[in-house]
Amino acid sequence: MTAIIEARGLTKTFGDVRALDGLDLVAESGRVTALLGPNGAGKTTFISAVATLLSPTSGDLFVAGIDARLHPKQVRQIIGLAGQSASVEPAMTGRENLELVARLFGLDRRDARRAAGEVLERLGLVDAADRLVRTYSGGMRRRLDLGASLVGQPRLLLLDEPTTGLDPRSRMELWDAIRSLVADGTDVLLTTQYLEEADQLARDVVIIDHGHVIASGTPDELKNQAGRDVIEVRPRSSSQLAEIADILAIVAAEPTRTDNDTQRVSAPVDGGAEQLAIVVRLLDERGIKVDDIGLRRPTLDEVFLTLTGQTIGSDTAPDADAA
Amino acid sequence: MTTTIDTPISTDIETPKIRPTATGGSFMTTALGTARRTVLQFFRTPQLLVMGTVQGALFLFMFRYVFGGAISTGGRISYVDFLVPGFIVTTVLWTGMSAAAGVAEDSATGVFDRLRSLPIPRSAVMLGRSLADATLVTWGLFITGGLGFILGFRAHGSIAAVIGAVALTILCGFACTWIFILLGLVAGNAQAAQGMSMLVIPFSFVSSANVPIKSMPGWMQPFAANQPITVMINAVRSLMQGGTNVVGIGHTTSYWVLLSLVWCAGITLVFGTLAVTRFSRTK
Repeated sequence: MTAIIEARGLTKTFGDVRALDGLDLVAESGRVTALLGPNGAGKTTFISAVATLLSPTSGDLFVAGIDARLHPKQVRQIIGLAGQSASVEPAMTGRENLELVARLFGLDRRDARRAAGEVLERLGLVDAADRLVRTYSGGMRRRLDLGASLVGQPRLLLLDEPTTGLDPRSRMELWDAIRSLVADGTDVLLTTQYLEEADQLARDVVIIDHGHVIASGTPDELKNQAGRDVIEVRPRSSSQLAEIADILAIVAAEPTRTDNDTQRVSAPVDGGAEQLAIVVRLLDERGIKVDDIGLRRPTLDEVFLTLTGQTIGSDTAPDADAA
Repeated sequence: MTTTIDTPISTDIETPKIRPTATGGSFMTTALGTARRTVLQFFRTPQLLVMGTVQGALFLFMFRYVFGGAISTGGRISYVDFLVPGFIVTTVLWTGMSAAAGVAEDSATGVFDRLRSLPIPRSAVMLGRSLADATLVTWGLFITGGLGFILGFRAHGSIAAVIGAVALTILCGFACTWIFILLGLVAGNAQAAQGMSMLVIPFSFVSSANVPIKSMPGWMQPFAANQPITVMINAVRSLMQGGTNVVGIGHTTSYWVLLSLVWCAGITLVFGTLAVTRFSRTK
């Protein structure tokens, strides 16, 4: 298997800030690689370096075997970029937007029209194709933007946080679109802050923080790496969340976490079944009714927490007083 | 360590299809394609199209009727015949201000990032922008000319000279837009770009556009008489109205036209180079 992206000791500094700090990464051809990390971890900087928008301060970067620092023009011939905000033109129709980008990829008028038509069909935008993009929903714009990046049939697609700011349904539609691309043999590098997104789409996940890689592997390998299974409890009454956190703290191997949105308390444990039995008994003794209790494998969010001591998103935070 | 059951997309395709390498758009395709986008952006955004026109009409109307009675042109022409050519040339600056905002917007919203990632000559993207702005200046020129006609403006020069005036205005639009493109690239966001380009307002008012230079205080006259917008206005006005004597300024029409061409070439060379360099650089 050949590497579509190979970075060795990649560094990029902006003044005093080291956006990339000795990043080593190999993305294999024929699969989706997700770059996962919190804001400011260096995800966008890395994608910009691969897209030849910026030049690394030091280190090596090869894209499909081409030295991106020496031959950026050759790299541009095989990539497609969809940045963080949908950069399609609101005052043009979906079809016009795609035809323009197709022409810029080098297709002649006839081929551009055909390629735009195919992409619109694949992304489910045929009905809206001849409407101005300003009438599109946010999700449709992002899909069109994805379309614009692939209308030239690039070998490598670079997607920078493709679903940030989308509602769950639009996100799922975009995931489907990305999956169908991969089935077609397009290599994809995407960045995301959403663990579920990495879990759903990527064969390889690379976790980065402070400009370098802190872990990589398949989602499963990463979950195994973090080791501990998690006990998760959802009480019938939300007023008992704190009480449950106290009980879980007794068996927990790491700080417990309370998620107020989903009304759940969780704690990583060593062993598992034994601790679960203890928790059930304690809950019973104190007369706390629960809707749900169980032992499960860690999520990528918990993996990230274990590896870095901080959460990726801001959805959940470790309980400060439970340590 | 080997379980890969719950990854729905474990599509390990061993032999991805070999994609043909994109050839990339040619210089002209890129310039015309991106120019078309900018022009469509203007004509399909009613706020820009209508407000631009209404604003122009309003200013023209006010200058014509509020100041018109108090201002002596110093030449042999009526104020409206004096005003409209000057007004037409200053459209170049007002068009430029929205160009700066547009460029900053494209820079901030990732449009330029996409364009930079494509296999196209980056300088063509900049040329596309200035071609589009020259087109918008042409549009503004005909709107102002039409409105002026309604308010009593008539061109007294020969047909060839009037056509020359139109061509020169478009050329000035093409040249001056490079200043605003550079401003837009440097500014970073649309508001800042708009703010920075407000700095050109003195060039619009401290010129021969609305009043004869001779009516200004002595210390202001050297700047007002020699700054490029005045030079361009003098050229366009003399062409449209039949000579420098008619419009009440010195030298010959050819002198002003030639000097305008020199300014256009200089501005394009300096600011065009700076803008293209700025856009093309890899950070």
